[in-house]
Formats: sequence, structure tokens, C-alpha cells
Amino acid sequence: MIRLTVNGKSQQFEGDPEMPLLWYLRDSLQLTGTKFGCGTGLCGACTVHVNGEAMRSCSASMAGMAGKEITTIEGLSTDGKHPVQRAWKEANVPQCGYCQTGQIMQAVALLKQKPQPTDRDIDNAMQGNICRCGTYQRIRMAIKRAAGVTA
Amino acid sequence: MNTVRLVDRRGFLVDVFSAGALILGTRAFSPAARAAQASVENATWHPNVFVGINPDGTVVLVAHRSEMGTGIRTALPMVLADELDADWSRVRIEQAIGDAKYGSQNTDGSASIRDFYDSMREAGAMARFMLTQAAAQKWNVDATQCRAELHNIVHTPTGKKFGYGELATLALKQPEPRKDLLTFKKPEHFRYIGKGVPMVDLNDICTGHGTYGMDVQVPGMVYASVLRSPVLGGKLKSVDDKDARAVKGVQQTVSIEPFKPPVGFQALGGIAVIADNTWSAMQGRKKLKPEWEFGEHAIFASDIYKKNLIEGSRKPQKVVRNVGDVDSAFANAAKVHEAEYYTPLLAHASMEPPVAVADFKDGKVETWAPTQNPQAVQETVAAALGIDKKNVICHVTLLGGAFGRKSKPDYVAEAALLSQKVGKPVKVVWSREEDIGFDYYHSTAAMYLKAALDSSGKPTAWLHRSVFPPIGSTFSTSDRYGDEGEMAMGWTDLPFDIPNHRAENGPAEAHVRIGWLRSVANVYHAFAIQSFIDELAHEASRDSVEYWLAALGEPRKIDLPKQGVKYPNYSKPLEQYPIDTGRLRRVAELAAEKSGWANKKAGNGRALGFAAHRSFLSYVAAVVEVEIDAKGRLTIPRVDFAVDAGQIIHPDRVIAQFEGAAVFGAGIALLGEITAADGRIQQSNFHNYQVPRIQEAPRETHVHLVTANEHPPTGVGEPGVPPIAPAICNAVFAATGKRIRELPLRNHRLV
Repeated sequence: MIRLTVNGKSQQFEGDPEMPLLWYLRDSLQLTGTKFGCGTGLCGACTVHVNGEAMRSCSASMAGMAGKEITTIEGLSTDGKHPVQRAWKEANVPQCGYCQTGQIMQAVALLKQKPQPTDRDIDNAMQGNICRCGTYQRIRMAIKRAAGVTA
Repeated sequence: MNTVRLVDRRGFLVDVFSAGALILGTRAFSPAARAAQASVENATWHPNVFVGINPDGTVVLVAHRSEMGTGIRTALPMVLADELDADWSRVRIEQAIGDAKYGSQNTDGSASIRDFYDSMREAGAMARFMLTQAAAQKWNVDATQCRAELHNIVHTPTGKKFGYGELATLALKQPEPRKDLLTFKKPEHFRYIGKGVPMVDLNDICTGHGTYGMDVQVPGMVYASVLRSPVLGGKLKSVDDKDARAVKGVQQTVSIEPFKPPVGFQALGGIAVIADNTWSAMQGRKKLKPEWEFGEHAIFASDIYKKNLIEGSRKPQKVVRNVGDVDSAFANAAKVHEAEYYTPLLAHASMEPPVAVADFKDGKVETWAPTQNPQAVQETVAAALGIDKKNVICHVTLLGGAFGRKSKPDYVAEAALLSQKVGKPVKVVWSREEDIGFDYYHSTAAMYLKAALDSSGKPTAWLHRSVFPPIGSTFSTSDRYGDEGEMAMGWTDLPFDIPNHRAENGPAEAHVRIGWLRSVANVYHAFAIQSFIDELAHEASRDSVEYWLAALGEPRKIDLPKQGVKYPNYSKPLEQYPIDTGRLRRVAELAAEKSGWANKKAGNGRALGFAAHRSFLSYVAAVVEVEIDAKGRLTIPRVDFAVDAGQIIHPDRVIAQFEGAAVFGAGIALLGEITAADGRIQQSNFHNYQVPRIQEAPRETHVHLVTANEHPPTGVGEPGVPPIAPAICNAVFAATGKRIRELPLRNHRLV
């Protein structure tokens, strides 16, 4: 049995320890804000925080989650008012929106490490998160807005 | 004849609206029905959109087009709300299920606004009219003394008010007004049109509460992962599923019959692993040991196929547009210039792979799908299951990207077939590998261009051959030539004023499913044409934009039917939406001006490239700046778009579509390539089918909208894409002297 914490709530997992965290979150806990995009850590749609660090949940097996604290987009804020979420809405970032929860989780992790990120910092942190609609320009704008940097 | 009628509340509408709600439906024709109407006076009108007003004042608007990122679920209801003078904060949006009574729900062709703007305004005006009549009746005054003002009807002389909710029940009893009695807002009174409101799904998206197809959960649902023949049309000879069934969580394996050609929207067939969760289903699929009979398409190899396409483009082919006499112009030319262009197959790769849930019970099936076309879901699923389409309900979720892929409901047919077989609700989830390996690919094309120049460098003749497997091949196995719609996408409608012009189309057989992808055949035709005109400018030693404008000629409206060209014009009449070279010129000049074209000279690896193209009835010019470093790495610091899309309804979402198009176009130019060997697609995921990431995308895209409110709205989802690849390649030429005639750019060394 694997014990872990998801969005502040204790959980127990008894299934296949090879199962990626992504499918546990989506299929078992019905936390569907974390998206499936590629299954191999190439697109970032499934990004969550594991002990505060951004991680691709499609490539993180449940076996490695014992004792870990997981935060998903649903746990980032209860009201959608996390500064990064607010910045995302102010900049009208999303188009289809499917990748945006992963983008937001990645951006939150970036700002925790680098509260005043440069363009290069943003490129480095966000290059693993694909947006097929092409909202990158507004993602950059929103990150700078959330950082209090004038975009 | 009225185009707005009262409709009964029945079926699912009972669930959507509370009792006493005012229900209106506007009715419009599909193009086919519209044609039929011309000869049959009593042809059926199909309602396409609904508004309801609840007694509590909530205005419920039904979004009947699919939300895949354009903002249409917001923009069309917003038009209705404006004409109704509704308070947007008291509007709720309900997504329509698939139903022919809405008219076309096929959300493609950048058509939603231009096809439904008038219908929405009419529906709003009619609701306002009836509310006004109801208020006048209550006050026992003449309706001319009453006016609508933000969710209220106001009695102008006294200032008394009734809220819309208070009037809803009485309004329902008002006689249906004739259309000529309806009044429409003056543009200066618009609250939302031309200004915009935030996307209705914005908060849900940012909090993870938006429901995409991938997120649908139905009680008792099982999960399926399908193994399909890696070669189109391959048949399963046998399968060893012992290891698959041994995977924890796997319940059973179920076969799906192979499709009967032509493939169309049918399920491809194969064998499905049914499991307790997605992961187990996918793991089980990987452990299946199939033996396939691959059939005729196993010969498909991209390198040989490409050679054949190019050979075809070198020979005289079927003439599809002919003006003047190109042959004698070539014979008498001061200079002749020719070039060959090639573009590969492309995959859509929307971020949400195909996925669908179906629940078959008692001869009926309920489906939930991210689909661009819920009525095609009804038809496809009905045909697959052998039931009537009225027994197929299709709930439309949010779409995690689509780009044309999700107008083909093969994946919904899979879910429905499996649910019928296992007797439970089934969710079919495609992996990324399946999405890229079993797409309806954007066509590959080989094109040959030849131009004659006079002694001043002016083009006097233009020959353009194009050979590509047509989309029609997906629906008719014998189709080898482009249909008129495909050919009219930026090819037979060449806008340049060249006295001798011929377009020729050669045949090509398809070995994969060919489908439409964002901006469709405009992608390769604009690439070749807009690159080739840049080549001619260079041959003539002229500035690219100046040469382009000279080639375009005097502002005029091009009458293609007069030249014997069948030209569907994106399903709109040419009288209403002409090919107006004056508007194309205007955006070309604007893009040049805004980008600083005249003053930015190429140097230090930096240069500008230009292209302009009309598609989906919109006029779009792009100037792209590229920077190429000493190692040949290319970045795109800036894109300037100038856009004439007629009247703009929601400026921010229009701008967003062009920002996105710059990235999508950059992906086509720089990265995208699908290839096949032994009939199998060689790409599988984002490592070998690359799409632009943040550092590869244009850093800044500036969208300059032309004020063109005197023209009806045109398309915006697609027309930003075509000019980007040629503008990038023209910039590469300006920076390096290397002419790129084959995409993608990553196959070329730039230094």
C-alpha cells in the first residue's frame, strides 16, 4: 500500500505500483484538471507539484509517490485566485485551454524558484510545456504579470 | 418569410430551460438546403440556435458550435446577448447536443461567425421585440413608448421598468413578429460586439474544471485502448492476447471489424483491450501479439512516393484554370524562371488526443465527445451500429484542440461499437502514438512553377502544376484529383494580374487517410506561390513587397467563374464576398508599414520576409523577421500581421487566433513532417513529430486589424496560417541567400 497526500488530503493506493501518478489522479481520484497529452514526459500537460517541485505525472510511477505531497491544479487554489491563475485570466491566455493547467503549474514552480524571471528563464522553464494553439506570447506575458514585472 | 420562429420545448430542452422560459429558434439553411429552397418553396427550415429567458431573469443561450479554442462558445452567444440587450453577467451558456434542427454544427472552415452572425442578431432582436410587446401590454401603453435597456424593458415617458424575467411568461404568448418588424441596434449602441467579453470557460480552464472529452466520467464506465493495423486497411489474421489479459485491471479483449473502403469516418478496426482504468488498458494493448494481413498500402514509402509526385508535377496535367496563352508567352519571354516546391504530410497533434465515451443501452447510444461535428457523430455512429441516427445522442465537450482532426468521428464510432459489445459505458482513449500514427493527414504536395518575365522583369506568364493526394480519396477510393474546393484554396484563385496563367492538377493515389488541417490546401499553395513571387522579385532585382504589389496590379474584383473556373468561394457568393485585390493590397501595405519593412535592411543574420494571401474570405499579410545565428539556428523575433476580416465581432479572440496561427505556421515551416515506410507512419510522439515550443515560437506577434466594418465578417481561425511559412522562407532567403523549396526547414542547413 502506498500512502501519499494529494491536495492536502491523505490517500492510500493499492493498485499497480507501476501505474503513473497521472492515471491515479484522473481515473481514481477524478482530479481531471491534470491532463494526458503524450504519456512520455514530452508535452507537460500533466504537470503537477510533487513536494513543491514541478513534475510530469505521466512519467512518475506510484511506487515513487510514497510519503509525497502532491498538488494538482485543483489544489493550487480553491477559488482560482492564485496570482498565476489571476494573471492567466487577465491576459486571456487560454485558447482551447487543454495544456493550460500544466502551463500554470509549471509557471508557479518557476516563480517560486525565480520570482523575477528573465525571458531566458521563462524559455528554460517552460520549454517542456507544449501549447498547440500557440499561446506562448501570452503565457510569457502572464508570467511576467504574475511576477510583478511589466510585460 | 420569417427566419425566426417559436419552437416547442421538447426533448432535451426541457432539461435546459425551466418552465415558463421563452424559447426562440432562429432558422438557417445549410448550403445544400439553401440550394433546395430556391426551387422548393416549402423546404424545411432548420433551427440553429436557441435563447431562453427564465422567470428569474437568467438568459440561457445555446452554443451550437464547438469550442476548440477560437472562443466561439462565447462570441456567438455574445452577439445574441447584445441584440437582446442582455446583461452578460446574467447569461448562461448551454452547449447544444448534436441535432439537425440547429442547422450545420460542423465547426470548421472558419465559418461560425460569418454563417451565424445575422441569425444570432435576428434571434436577439426577436426576443427583445416580444419582451417589449409584453411590457407594453402590461402597462397598457403603445410599444413605441418602450425600449430595452440592459435586461429591462423601460417605459420611456415614466421610467418604469420590468426585468426580462418578469416578462418572460407573458412574452411567450406574444404573436411571432414578422421579420420586417424587427429592429436592429445601430453599431454605436453595441455593448459587446466589436468589444468582446472574457471567454465563458476562462475560469474553469484555469482551475482545471473545464470538461474536455478526456475528462468525461460515466458511472460504471470501463476503459478501452485499441490496437489498429499499422498499415491502412490491414486485417487482423490472429492475435495472442494471453499476456494482455494477464495485465492487472484488464477485463477482456474485444475485436472491432475492419472498415469497408472507402474509409470515411468509419472506425479503422482492430482489437480493443477493456480495463478498469486507462493505464491498464494501454498496458494491455502493448502486450497484444497480433498478426496482420497488411494489404495494398504496405507499399507506401515516402521517398518513392515523393519522387512520383515530383515526376507528376513535371508533366502536362489536367488544366484547371487557363487565362491567355502561357506557351507563347514562354516562347517570347526575355527570361524564364522555374522552380519546384514540395511539402510533406502533416499530423494535427491537438493536445488532447482523440477520446470518446459511449453508453449503448436498449438500441440507443449516448456519446460524449470532443467533436467539431456532432451531427457527423450521429450519422457515423448510427451507421456503425445499424441504428437510426435519432437514437444517437452526442454531447459536445470542450475540445482540447482540433485543427480539423475532430471533425472526423472515427474515434466516437469505436467507443460506440465497443459499448454495444461489452454492454457497459466505454471510454476509448487514444495515446499520442495512435494520434500521430492514425491521423487523417494533411496532404503532401509537389508543385512545379514556371514564369516568363519581360525585359523589365514583369511577369507575363505563370504556370503552376500541383500534384497531391486529394481529401476526396478518404471518401472515394478512386479519387485522384483535387476537388474544386481544394483547388480553390489559394491556387486557382491566384490574385496576380498576369495576362497568361495556367494551373494544372496531376493525379495522386492516397495510402493513408487524407483530411483537412487548419487552412487546408492553402498551406502548400500559398507556400509555393508566395515563395515563387519572391523568387521573381529577386530575378528582377526588385524589392519583394514592391514587386509583389506591382504583380497584384490595380485594385479589382476577380471574376473566376467568367474565366471558366469553378470557385466555391468558401460557400459564400462572390457578389457578397468578392476576391477584392484592393483589400489584399491594403493589408500588404499595412504589414509592410507596421513592420518597418522599408527601413529594416537584412544584415547580421537578421532579415524580413513577406507574404500575403486571401483565404476563408479574409485578407492577410505577414512580415516575419528571422534571426539565424552562426550555427544556423533560426529564431523568429517578430511577426507583423495585417488582417482584413471584415467586421470584427470579438477583437481579442481574433488577435489570439492570429497569434496562434503564427505559431502553427512556424511549426509547418520549421518542424512538421510525417513520413512512411512499408505503409507505416514513422513518427510517434513529440520527440519525432515536433511542434513549436516556447523558444521556437515567434517571440512577438503583432496583429494589425484593418477597420472594415462595411464588409461582412469573414473567417479568422485559419487564414493566419498560410502566409507564415512562405514569409519565413522568404526571410531565410533574404538573410542567407538560400532558397527553401521543401519543408520543413529543419531538414536544411542554413549556414
